[in-house]
Amino acid sequence: MITIEGLHKHFGGFHAVDGASMKISEGSITGLIGPNGAGKTTLFNVIAGVLRPTAGRVFMKGEDITGLPPHDLFHKGVLRTFQIAHEFSSMSVRENLMMVPGNQSGETLWNTWFGRARIAQEEAELLKKADQVLEFLTIDHLKDEKAGNLSGGQKKLLELGRTMMVDAKIVFLDEVGAGVNRTLLNTIADAILRLNKERGYTFVVIEHDMDFIGRLCDPVICMAEGKVLAEGTLDEIKANELVIEAYLGTGLKNKVIEETGA
Amino acid sequence: MDVLNALVAIANYVLIPGIAYGSQLALGALGVTLIYGILRFSNFAHGDTMAFGAMVTILFTWWFQSMGIHLGPLPTALLALPFGIAGTALLLLGTDRIVYRFYRAKRAAPVILVIVSMGVMFIMNGLVRFIIGPNEQRFADGARFIIKAREFKDMTGLREGLAIRTSQGITVLTAVIVVALLFWFLMRTRTGKSMRAYSDNEDLALLSGINPERVVTYTWLIVAALATVAGVLYGLDKSFKPFTYFQLLLPIFASAVVGGLGNPLGAIAGGFVVAFSEVTITYAWKKVLVYLLPDSLEPTGLVQLLSTDYKFAVSFGLLIVVLLFRPTGLFKGKAL
Repeated sequence: MITIEGLHKHFGGFHAVDGASMKISEGSITGLIGPNGAGKTTLFNVIAGVLRPTAGRVFMKGEDITGLPPHDLFHKGVLRTFQIAHEFSSMSVRENLMMVPGNQSGETLWNTWFGRARIAQEEAELLKKADQVLEFLTIDHLKDEKAGNLSGGQKKLLELGRTMMVDAKIVFLDEVGAGVNRTLLNTIADAILRLNKERGYTFVVIEHDMDFIGRLCDPVICMAEGKVLAEGTLDEIKANELVIEAYLGTGLKNKVIEETGA
Repeated sequence: MDVLNALVAIANYVLIPGIAYGSQLALGALGVTLIYGILRFSNFAHGDTMAFGAMVTILFTWWFQSMGIHLGPLPTALLALPFGIAGTALLLLGTDRIVYRFYRAKRAAPVILVIVSMGVMFIMNGLVRFIIGPNEQRFADGARFIIKAREFKDMTGLREGLAIRTSQGITVLTAVIVVALLFWFLMRTRTGKSMRAYSDNEDLALLSGINPERVVTYTWLIVAALATVAGVLYGLDKSFKPFTYFQLLLPIFASAVVGGLGNPLGAIAGGFVVAFSEVTITYAWKKVLVYLLPDSLEPTGLVQLLSTDYKFAVSFGLLIVVLLFRPTGLFKGKAL
């Protein structure tokens, strides 16, 4: 689905992403783990068109999508969420969701004046869809609340809801579970699984919660210092010496050793 | 004590001019605030954009007048206004294409765009003077007054007269219509919402599939309309002189900042705050006080806090006070 070849992103002398290559297969939920500053979010930013890569290419189904602007990628079905939840704070939760599908007929000045019937019909459909999404995410009681007033966890749900408003092909979730309580985290995990199964979304998930990763992700890719360190199932990753060294820490190493009796 | 005459004097010299001037400033400040909110820079060329819009309108007005087209009691300029807006829209879109787009693609810092807009300001300034000349131009026609001072005196039997000029009436009416349209557009239409979304959170707007170039184009179109309407109304009410419009930049920016940059409601409120401060501080209150105070306390001086020559000092003063004590403005705008 997505092939990344030798991606570099340098900020001056700092190499945030330093020659990362990976393949993300269609229909998978890929976990992306690694220590802070490993270049995970920068990688997302480069793929999503927010940053231009210093070198390297990104392909989607064989098509070169390197450096396309975010709104073009959106129309190709590439969506992402942010590590720190973003929202249109002055709009209601429902309006936030209704903003998502681009190229609505109401977006041209002409239709604003002369295509009112079509816009009304389109908006009615969007409204229905938005309400379904909110119900699915169990935040339908907040639909008229200003998005800026939501709690951190609710904003995360809204982020996820945004990806459900259109038929996405691949969704990049940046720490969707950070700062979210267990129950809400389960809701989010359920939603991701359902979207993956029912609507065939491919996911790439950055996450630090190993239980969450374990429940959802196969394969798991571990990054460190801008490079891909290892790839495999979570168990393989957990047993990988390099990963333990760079990320999981020796505490876990000891635990793994105890468990395996080595 | 003569309260009635005092009130009429206040209405005549403070209230009515203040409302008219406030509406003009509000329209100007709306343009500045939209550019700040959506394109993210302070557009120093706004005063000269207003001058350009007014100039195109004036040229069309003269042409209509020469062909004998009139609007009866209304100024012919109203008929020429759409052409002025179209001309200004072309100018702004052209400027964006040639100048601003280059910096947008480079994701230039707002400070750079401010300096760029100063360059644009000088060019527009020169362009206007080159085409219409630096002198004062008159283009108002039709009826001069809605109510004349003498008619008012005859009607009410009061000693003080109340005059409402046509230009003042038109200013307020047009401002109300334009503002209502703008707010309907921003709050109710999908295009307006995508503009608000882009202003609120650019990254998210882009990742929601909103086309930034389209938002930018529509912003310039709306700004062209606002600037031209503001410029023409000011010109009808006072007179048209390119340098005056350049000077208007200060009260307009003061209005936008006082109200809270990036906040359209604030721009309107700010416009009236600045206008009334300017008018009340530079008005000679002797006349009103003579009516209100007993003879023994009658003021000998003019009771004018500042001469009208210093009216721009009022904007400066307000600007500094607001920036010191409430940098986000009356309505919560973006902090500078």
